Amino acid sequence: MTEPLSAANLTVRFGGRDVLADLSLRLEPGQVICIVGPNGAGKSTLMACLAGLRKPDRGEARLGEAPVLALPPRRRARRIGFLPQTPEIAWAIEAETLVSLGRTPYLGAGGVGEEGRAAVARAMQMTDVTGLAHRTVDTLSGGERARVLIARALAGDPEWLLADEPLAGLDPGHQIDACDLFRRLAQEGCGVVMTLHDLGMALRVADRVLVLAEGGMIADGPAVEALSPQVIRRAYGVEARLHKGAHGPALELVGRHGG
Amino acid sequence: MTTRRHPNPVALSSGLALLVLVLAGLSLMAGRVWVPWSAWTSWGQDPRWAIIFELRVPRTLLGILVGAALGASGAALQGYTRNPLADPGVLGISSMAALGGVVSLYFGLTIDSPWILPALAIGGAWLGVVLLLLLAGSTSSIVTFVLAGVVLQSMATAGTALALNLAPTPWAVNEIVNWLMGALADRSMEELQLAAPFIIAGVAVLFTTTRALDALTLGETGAASLGIDLRAVRLALTAGVALAVGASVAVTGVIGFVGLVVPHLVRPLVGSRPGPLLLPSALAGAALVLAADIVVRLTPSAAEVKLGVAMAAIGGPFFLFLLARLRRRIA
Repeated sequence: MTEPLSAANLTVRFGGRDVLADLSLRLEPGQVICIVGPNGAGKSTLMACLAGLRKPDRGEARLGEAPVLALPPRRRARRIGFLPQTPEIAWAIEAETLVSLGRTPYLGAGGVGEEGRAAVARAMQMTDVTGLAHRTVDTLSGGERARVLIARALAGDPEWLLADEPLAGLDPGHQIDACDLFRRLAQEGCGVVMTLHDLGMALRVADRVLVLAEGGMIADGPAVEALSPQVIRRAYGVEARLHKGAHGPALELVGRHGG
Repeated sequence: MTTRRHPNPVALSSGLALLVLVLAGLSLMAGRVWVPWSAWTSWGQDPRWAIIFELRVPRTLLGILVGAALGASGAALQGYTRNPLADPGVLGISSMAALGGVVSLYFGLTIDSPWILPALAIGGAWLGVVLLLLLAGSTSSIVTFVLAGVVLQSMATAGTALALNLAPTPWAVNEIVNWLMGALADRSMEELQLAAPFIIAGVAVLFTTTRALDALTLGETGAASLGIDLRAVRLALTAGVALAVGASVAVTGVIGFVGLVVPHLVRPLVGSRPGPLLLPSALAGAALVLAADIVVRLTPSAAEVKLGVAMAAIGGPFFLFLLARLRRRIA
């Protein structure tokens, strides 16, 4: 049973300003939750705090009742998978080896093991990278690499998947594939949280959208409600119109507010 | 498809271990005086028996240990910093260890208690790694690391030069310079006993970091998100490199570039994975130092060429070659 992920009075100061100011929220599993907001709104900082990778100046992130930072690192890593925004791959290892790194928190004396190998194969199948298994990562295209990295996060069978800009660098086809994959994960009970810049994609994939701006949350709710023209104007300074398209709601960005 | 198959890791390490054994056997026999097998079994009858057991056995064992220490330290440093140019010699760690050694020689501390020399050398190496990590921070920028190494190197060189400058007697200068150049020749069983425990402990500590080094392929954030305790890794790396390199330098002086060349040659054979790189790098380091030491012994010249000098002659151009290949990544 996946426990909810929450933040209580999270405050992070950086460079003399509050990147996050007294932010509280509660995220339920089984949903795709998108965090949007302008550059510098604190999306990545919030993700890092939720993943237990950053100690906030005040407040704390919790998994269930337990503070995330109080969990032993290996146990935390098994429960919360994290996909960083600018992933670094230092060495030209094979794609399958990279995906296997996702099993690190499970490694015992015997290496990856039967169960681990099955999880790696499953993750690679889900992201459609099985055919790339023995290619070295330096020979992969940006999109292929992004999918291999998503597989890496899934190989750890996390209860929560926190992905910072997972769609960056993917072509529209693979963006839709990735979104479908995230939806499927959520349906299976996993909690999926991702930051996005593409509001149209957020509208398409998210069960719930949080809009961050000015260090706080200015909207939180179902995508159509959270991404209202008023909220978008306040967050981005951009005029937007929400249409009822034939295949669901669609967002049209008109231009700079007042421009 | 760029499918590459690597040799089985067990086969690779067994092969390298066999190579080390063969070279060790050769190292016991070869030199100015060729010692055939018959002398081995003479139980002291043949005068060459003494050459084997008093000169060549410590020399060979020391070559294996020091080579393994330098190879494993280079591989671990490269894995941790994600920088293929990292090497205890290039980054100034060996020089800092040497400075520690010079201080103990300069003040004549080694006369009463010989273990002061390795202790101060390990201390110098430790300070070197700590300063290096502080100067370079958590970046994986090659330039930052190499520059930090330049700073360390010049600090250590300045300290050593000062000691030479102020040395009380020409003999002290001679002793220090001789030792600084790095060699395996004429080392005693006592010196081997002094260094071996520290080197073995250091290499063993480095081997505890293999999983963390693998995870660090994804950068510090990536590794932390996989449950790796970065502080523990940093501590193990610092302690392991300080012990292994410090104790090596204490007995043999500075032998550079082993930690640079060896991981680079072995890396393609392990699919570039930084963790599985450690063991073959230790073995290949031992093989390289043994082989170079045999060549140095057999070189016909009035005085034996110092191993440290010979390694620098090979390693310098290799470093240039690596730098040229990495130019694009650095720019």
